[in-house]
Amino acid sequence: MSKTLKAPIPEGPLAEKWNNYKAKARLVSPNNRKQLEVIVVGTGLAGASAAASLAEMGYNVKSFCFQDSPRRAHSVAAQGGVNAAKNYKNDGDSVYRMFYDTLKGGDFRSREANTYRLAECSASLIDQAVAQGVPFGREYGGYLRNRSFGGVQVSRTFYARGQTGQQLLLGSYQALLRQQHTGKVKLYARHEMLDVVIIDGRARGIIARNLDTGEIERHGAHTVVLATGGFGKIYYLSTLAMGCNASAIWRAHKKGAYMANPSWTQIHPTSLPQSGEHQSKLTLMSESLRNDGRIWVPKDKNETRAPGEIPEDDRDYYLERKYPSFGNLAPRDISSRAAKEQIDLGKGVGPLKNAVYLDFSRAINEYGKDVIAERYGNLFTMYKKITGIDAYKEPMKISPAAHFSMGGLWVDYELMTTVPGLFAIGEANFSDHGANRLGANSLLQACVDGYFILPYTLQNYLADQIKIPKIEVDHPAFEESEKLVKDQMQSFLSCKGKKTAEEFHKELGKELYDKCGLLRTKNGLEKAIENIRNLREEYKTNLLVPGSAEEVNSELEKAGRVADYMELAELMCVDALHREESCGAHFRAEFQTEDGEARRDDENFCYSAAWEWTGNASQPILNREPLVFDTVKPTVRSYK
Amino acid sequence: MKITLKIWRQRDCQSKGEFKEYHLDKVSKDMSFLEMLDTLNIKLIKQGDLPVEFDHDCREGICGQCGVMINGIAHGPLKNTTTCQLHMRSFNDGDTIYVEPFKASAFPIVRDLKVNRSALDHIITSGGYVSVDTGQAPEANSIPVTFEQAEAAFDAAACIGCGACVASCKNSSAALFTSAKISHLAQLPQGDKETSTRVVSMVNQMEEEGFGHCTNTEACEVECPEGISVLNIARMNYEYNRSRLMKK
Ligand SMILES: Cc1cc2nc3c(=O)[nH]c(=O)nc-3n(C[C@H](O)[C@H](O)[C@H](O)COP(=O)(O)OP(=O)(O)OC[C@H]3O[C@@H](n4cnc5c(N)ncnc54)[C@H](O)[C@@H]3O)c2cc1C
Ligand code: FES
Repeated sequence: MSKTLKAPIPEGPLAEKWNNYKAKARLVSPNNRKQLEVIVVGTGLAGASAAASLAEMGYNVKSFCFQDSPRRAHSVAAQGGVNAAKNYKNDGDSVYRMFYDTLKGGDFRSREANTYRLAECSASLIDQAVAQGVPFGREYGGYLRNRSFGGVQVSRTFYARGQTGQQLLLGSYQALLRQQHTGKVKLYARHEMLDVVIIDGRARGIIARNLDTGEIERHGAHTVVLATGGFGKIYYLSTLAMGCNASAIWRAHKKGAYMANPSWTQIHPTSLPQSGEHQSKLTLMSESLRNDGRIWVPKDKNETRAPGEIPEDDRDYYLERKYPSFGNLAPRDISSRAAKEQIDLGKGVGPLKNAVYLDFSRAINEYGKDVIAERYGNLFTMYKKITGIDAYKEPMKISPAAHFSMGGLWVDYELMTTVPGLFAIGEANFSDHGANRLGANSLLQACVDGYFILPYTLQNYLADQIKIPKIEVDHPAFEESEKLVKDQMQSFLSCKGKKTAEEFHKELGKELYDKCGLLRTKNGLEKAIENIRNLREEYKTNLLVPGSAEEVNSELEKAGRVADYMELAELMCVDALHREESCGAHFRAEFQTEDGEARRDDENFCYSAAWEWTGNASQPILNREPLVFDTVKPTVRSYK
Repeated sequence: MKITLKIWRQRDCQSKGEFKEYHLDKVSKDMSFLEMLDTLNIKLIKQGDLPVEFDHDCREGICGQCGVMINGIAHGPLKNTTTCQLHMRSFNDGDTIYVEPFKASAFPIVRDLKVNRSALDHIITSGGYVSVDTGQAPEANSIPVTFEQAEAAFDAAACIGCGACVASCKNSSAALFTSAKISHLAQLPQGDKETSTRVVSMVNQMEEEGFGHCTNTEACEVECPEGISVLNIARMNYEYNRSRLMKK
């Protein structure tokens, strides 16, 4: 039965809601905190900041990640920057404007109160990071520097060269290890969570596999927080790390947590194009490059001249032409779709004709090579390493790539999923970005969730849990979960088919990218669902996994991740198929305006789709959370 | 290209390891080094053999999880480049390539090319941070940091914690890693307050983890993918001595 979901929102005007919440939230006295255990899965910005903050408050925290050190979570790869409404530039920025930009950027498909809170807490994040020693870019006078990012007209992005994610993450990693030093945090690196354990309807622990020994471990806690990042890797070729996965959230989904808007994936416009079949990932070139780089393709699809020899008149700066007021800084979904349009018209450049030019010649002439090198030096170096090309002399070739999951576990205002006691923060949840995330907003979201929101909302939940004694892991629920996990691994190992998990993943990724990527159609999605089902059947009989479960076994790890992708992929297509409108990154060919822009349908689709697991991957139940706009009136999102 | 690989295979830290030879004949110049290993692994799996275990994650040169010795050089022949960003165009048709794990007594081998580098985390745990709780921070612009200070701190903070410095040092010293963190924080007003306690804890921890002493061979700087400077080691020594003198 389909339900209507409600996320209780605090009272008062938008700007007062979070303060009202905090004023009334329940507390746990410092003495009682040490009796409560919290599991935080994930050590990215969301997980590390949450674990550190909770430990500082006095809770006992167990922190998990699959990498060999918490510092390697994929937040580390974010380049461009982090947004905050500090208005240091005196250019008209404010919490309200940032909120509005984010809501509009997301095509009015996010929850007003959550989005406002994100903007409201943004300034504190910069304060916190600076205090931790994050070396943000500075003006010569010593004050913080800003730049602008896609989709907005103010400069509110803080950055640390092209390594903002790394530096922010090191800040929260260090805060986390500081708590390890006090004994408040226990770290479990190289541990993969494989199930959430539910006792009497509440999340009470996890099953994890020690990736160095293969041992299956049970961990109990009063509450479980998932901060396991995005699942864009489902497309196989993506800007995510090789180990990024949906497994943690998908297994939580199968235990009752709803998945919201799973098909809303941001395809980033400025990644390096695929160069061949062997390719394992796509490298992102920060969007900040669009501040100074101009995007173009040759007007003639049969163009054979080198880019430098093509005169201005024969170039089409299509973003500047189509979106004069935002130009090269048009939001990501729009830029990616525009690139795809040019590539599909045959105007793509490069050996596979799958890219567009990003040209710095004008900026270099105007500001000099040194200034450009100071702004983007490491990106130009990275480009050279990967392609062998010097971008100071020749335009970069870039192409769209799967990048960020706006969808994720459905959470309420307190960031709790539909399973009591199970929280989801950072990219793993669906909350703040609507149908399209603005650049530099997700480092922010991960941090704000972990540093400033969860410490209040989790405590509100824990307030009546102090009577619950330490969770014992010999409870039958742990037994059952452990058996489920072990049986599944055995089924992979005993299959002894002919194809590796990676080969299946590549096939699945291509299917999804073609039919549930930048452009979606009813026919395509129906076909994709059929193909994914077939592939999933084949996975059961033709998978080849070497080795055993009781040892280091990367292939076995992959097999589990791909099995989850096989199910999630179908849900993504179902979600995209049911949404008969275009909004943000979700572009249905059938629903566009005359000039080819997204046609939203607020009358019928102004809701978040929260899918419920029924035990059968092909029969999910659709629940709806209506989106109510009390403060803002949704408009047509135009960047012309 | 045709490539011959001699890869270190070792079941776990107790077992004995050895080089095994493999041949690949359809290696493209555009492949990354790790994609070349992926190709080998698919071949091995299909032959019924165990694939080569190696560490990697971001494949963008930033997470620090990858790292092997390639022909005796940490992360291979290209300067300032991690293993994952090395491409096969750096090799020639017919080359034989030796691939080994980062070897150091503080880095026990997990399997094949995978090693356990938790010892580096332990050094950070002992004091590599600013002691500030969430919520305590003052307004960000209330403590100006000059452009030069921020840039210098950044140069040290750019360390990705891969352990190449340890692997390339004949003493298996972690001095470059440790000093980079000390320098990063010591050069900022936010971190400077704790420099003297931090440096002592971190240096002591480094020794406790079984890393060797620095004898200034500077091999670490040469093979560091981030180009972290050995001047950081000088600063660490200076701060360490200063801290001990002040205690007396
Ligand atoms: C290349 C790139 C560049 C980006 N640039 C920017 C930018 O400039 N600005 C911006 O705002 N955003 C950017 N983003 C987005 C942003 O980086 C991410 O959304 C954000 O960092 C996510 O943080 P997180 O903490 O939610 O997840 P992550 O940092 O991905 O962390 C996930 C954690 O979960 C753990 N984990 C996952 N699954 C399991 C499991 N099953 N068991 C145990 N542990 C598990 C991992 O080990 C890891 O510790 C970028 C993203 C990419 C990929
Ligand atoms: S895999 Fe991340 S640095 Fe190489």
